[in-house]
Amino acid sequence: MPSSDPPAEPTRPLLEIDGLSKSFGGERALDRVSLTVARGEVHGLLGRNGSGKSTLIKVLAGYHAPEHGGRLVIDGRPVPLPIPPGGLRQYGVAFVHQNLGLIPSLTVVENLYLTELAARNRWRLSYRRLSRRARALFASYGLAIDPETEVRRLSPVQRALLAIVRAVGELRRTTRATHKGLLVLDEPTPFLPRSDVEHLFALIRSITATGASVTFVSHDIDEVTKITDRATILRDAKVVATVPTAETSAERFVELIVGRKLSAVRPVAREVPQRDADIRIEDLSGGTLEGVSVALRRTEIVGLTGLIGSGFDELPYLLFGAPPARSGRLHLGDSRFYLDRLDPPQAIDAGIVLIPGDRLNAGAVGSLTVTDNVTIPVLSTVYRPWLLSRRAMTGRTGRLCRDFDIRPNNPGLRFDSLSGGNQQKALVAKWLQADPRLILLDEPTQGVDIGARRTVLDAISQMAGRGAAVLCASSDFDQLASICTQVLIFSHGRVQSELVGDEVRKETIAEHCYGSTGGGFNPVSMGAAT
Amino acid sequence: MTADSTGPDTRSEITSGRPRRRRLVDYAERYGLVIAWLMVIALFGAILPTTFLSWANFSTIFGSQAVLVVVALGLIIPLTANDFDVSIANVLTLSSMIVGVLNVNFDLPIGLSILAALTAGVLVGLINGFFVTVMRIHSLIVTLGVGTFIHGLTLWMSDSATISGISMGLVKYVMIARLFGIPLAFYYAMILCAVLFYIFEHTAVGRRVLFVGRNREVAKLSGIRTERVRIGCLVASSFLGALAGVMYAGTTGAADPVSGLSYLLPGFAAAFLGATSITPGRFNPWGAAVAVYFLVTGITGLTMLGFRTFVHELFYGGALVIAVTLSQLVSGREERF
Repeated sequence: MPSSDPPAEPTRPLLEIDGLSKSFGGERALDRVSLTVARGEVHGLLGRNGSGKSTLIKVLAGYHAPEHGGRLVIDGRPVPLPIPPGGLRQYGVAFVHQNLGLIPSLTVVENLYLTELAARNRWRLSYRRLSRRARALFASYGLAIDPETEVRRLSPVQRALLAIVRAVGELRRTTRATHKGLLVLDEPTPFLPRSDVEHLFALIRSITATGASVTFVSHDIDEVTKITDRATILRDAKVVATVPTAETSAERFVELIVGRKLSAVRPVAREVPQRDADIRIEDLSGGTLEGVSVALRRTEIVGLTGLIGSGFDELPYLLFGAPPARSGRLHLGDSRFYLDRLDPPQAIDAGIVLIPGDRLNAGAVGSLTVTDNVTIPVLSTVYRPWLLSRRAMTGRTGRLCRDFDIRPNNPGLRFDSLSGGNQQKALVAKWLQADPRLILLDEPTQGVDIGARRTVLDAISQMAGRGAAVLCASSDFDQLASICTQVLIFSHGRVQSELVGDEVRKETIAEHCYGSTGGGFNPVSMGAAT
Repeated sequence: MTADSTGPDTRSEITSGRPRRRRLVDYAERYGLVIAWLMVIALFGAILPTTFLSWANFSTIFGSQAVLVVVALGLIIPLTANDFDVSIANVLTLSSMIVGVLNVNFDLPIGLSILAALTAGVLVGLINGFFVTVMRIHSLIVTLGVGTFIHGLTLWMSDSATISGISMGLVKYVMIARLFGIPLAFYYAMILCAVLFYIFEHTAVGRRVLFVGRNREVAKLSGIRTERVRIGCLVASSFLGALAGVMYAGTTGAADPVSGLSYLLPGFAAAFLGATSITPGRFNPWGAAVAVYFLVTGITGLTMLGFRTFVHELFYGGALVIAVTLSQLVSGREERF
């Protein structure tokens, strides 16, 4: 043991965070956060989007500098703050982020020993030896991964397992004799099928069996209950509580996350799509979605929401044929469409429009003018396609700019010179000018200022009032509560519950999102317990 | 339907004038290439007042380089849709060789020979389009391979030899007949410029090509059938390549299997250089035409001064890199029209 190290105290926590704070432009992201992670434990970190858990991880990973006054101690050694990017590696802390950091076109071995291969200055590499080493490593964890396949051919769970094994390997190389290291898993599960999560848990258990600690960041209560020993819950930038998992009920977790006493939630029966509905989506499968059916009427605004990875945000694109679904039918008035054969031009002809969430990569071409972008879908319906009049197009766009309050009202400006809010208003104008029957929205007010948000939501409500049906995918519960007549909550590719009428409130939506993650916990039993 | 009258209240808001200085910079940029061309003419005119500044010299430049204008016009169509067609020069030689072989060796009427050549061009475009869209292979690779393959066909059907004696009817309507002292070939190229300009600027098809080129995802989500547009662009470029081949056969009265290949690089140089002027930031037909004549004038002047043929390579190669650099700088700024 190097002499500079203080004597190891086996009882002292491995990681101690004390009074860590961070603000972004006056907004508190972390407010005097304190927590400890014991040796050999799996510690859960729970909270909603924006509760501060990702900011905390980013501070530890060295992406953000915390404010003065906080302290960080690892294995009894104080760590100077701020941490440089990747600086905790030498303290025996390794991270696996949600994107996993793998290179899909390289093989498993190459990914596994990437840092080693990059850093070591050797002319001759024995891939045979590395392969053998990788095989032995996987065997020791009971994993069946072929070291020579390309990573892109692995299943999602195999990729996650590989990233974790790689991080553990890093721990081995850097860890001192006094402790076995800490592995931080930043939401590794949302995109995994439920049945595969068990494989991941088995791996986590075998890691802690060696004495290492794991911090497991998640918003899935069910998973946290299954795998963690203790859990810390963050809400509004503060630590609400740290609780021993075994002694905490799922209801208590939801309460801590959402921040209020649970009311008795009535069991919500999934209604069979009504016969008299104007628009029916039947048995849609595609992407993560499996057998989704939705019925809605004209003038209705139906919200789609759920946790990340639940698939709610894929529905608008699948209904637009971009990409086509695996199967499913869409009844729109008297016409019927097979969703595995639908493409965007057909969708538009049928009166369906999609306003994508990614404005500059999917919504509009930033380097062209507002006029070019706004008129593109109506070129052959509003104008003579072989004799376009620039003046008429500019005039029409000018009027749309006025109606939708797009500022500055200058159709000749480049689209990307508009602010985010005005870009969104222009996209709304682009699509709503054609009087659609079904409007599909993906995060319509993401990155949009309050004024523009109002305009966008008003325009949508107005279109609904004039007879259109609206499906709005959003993770903003506030917004859903303010415009929707009905909200569908998705979980693992299916509609888990359906809120209507009085139930469409911010708190209820949150409860159902966090409470409806399936498995051993459901809102019905929760209602009975209260 | 176009009676989209602009209300008086909106018009005043829309056409708020730009500051005068900006407008000046604007003009300088739009017509910079034209000005540069005039300066090159003035420079060589001062050095070689009798030989260079003769009408005969200019009518030759205008007439003989019309083929290059057509090649450059062919290139800007797929370039606007963000695809490359490097097979265009091979299509040019194939087409002129088809005219030669059918007209001279098989004694077919010239009209039928031309029709066969143009049909071959369309076929090559469809093959390119198939591999690019259905097989999803990068257009540069597809057209490089297909172009080389076609070149093989050209060598095979010609026995690697030049075929001369093509019908004077074709030569007459391309090079011999003149209007204001300039061969008709030049006017064909100008008519084509005008047609392409109209399509790009004033038709829905032109707008769609532009969107497909700028962002395929946005185009797709706007309801554009992007694959169809890309195939169409590749067919159009091959068709223009074949047309250039017919004109090439008419310019020389013969078909040779190799010399037409040298049009590829100047064509790209002119396409990119043209994108820095007239409608800066966009590939545009008038810019491409001006760029062709700018480049050719410079080369003719240098050749007359006694530089030998290596000057072609220096000039065209340098122009391509400089043009691409310039268009990169221009595209970062505001769109205007």
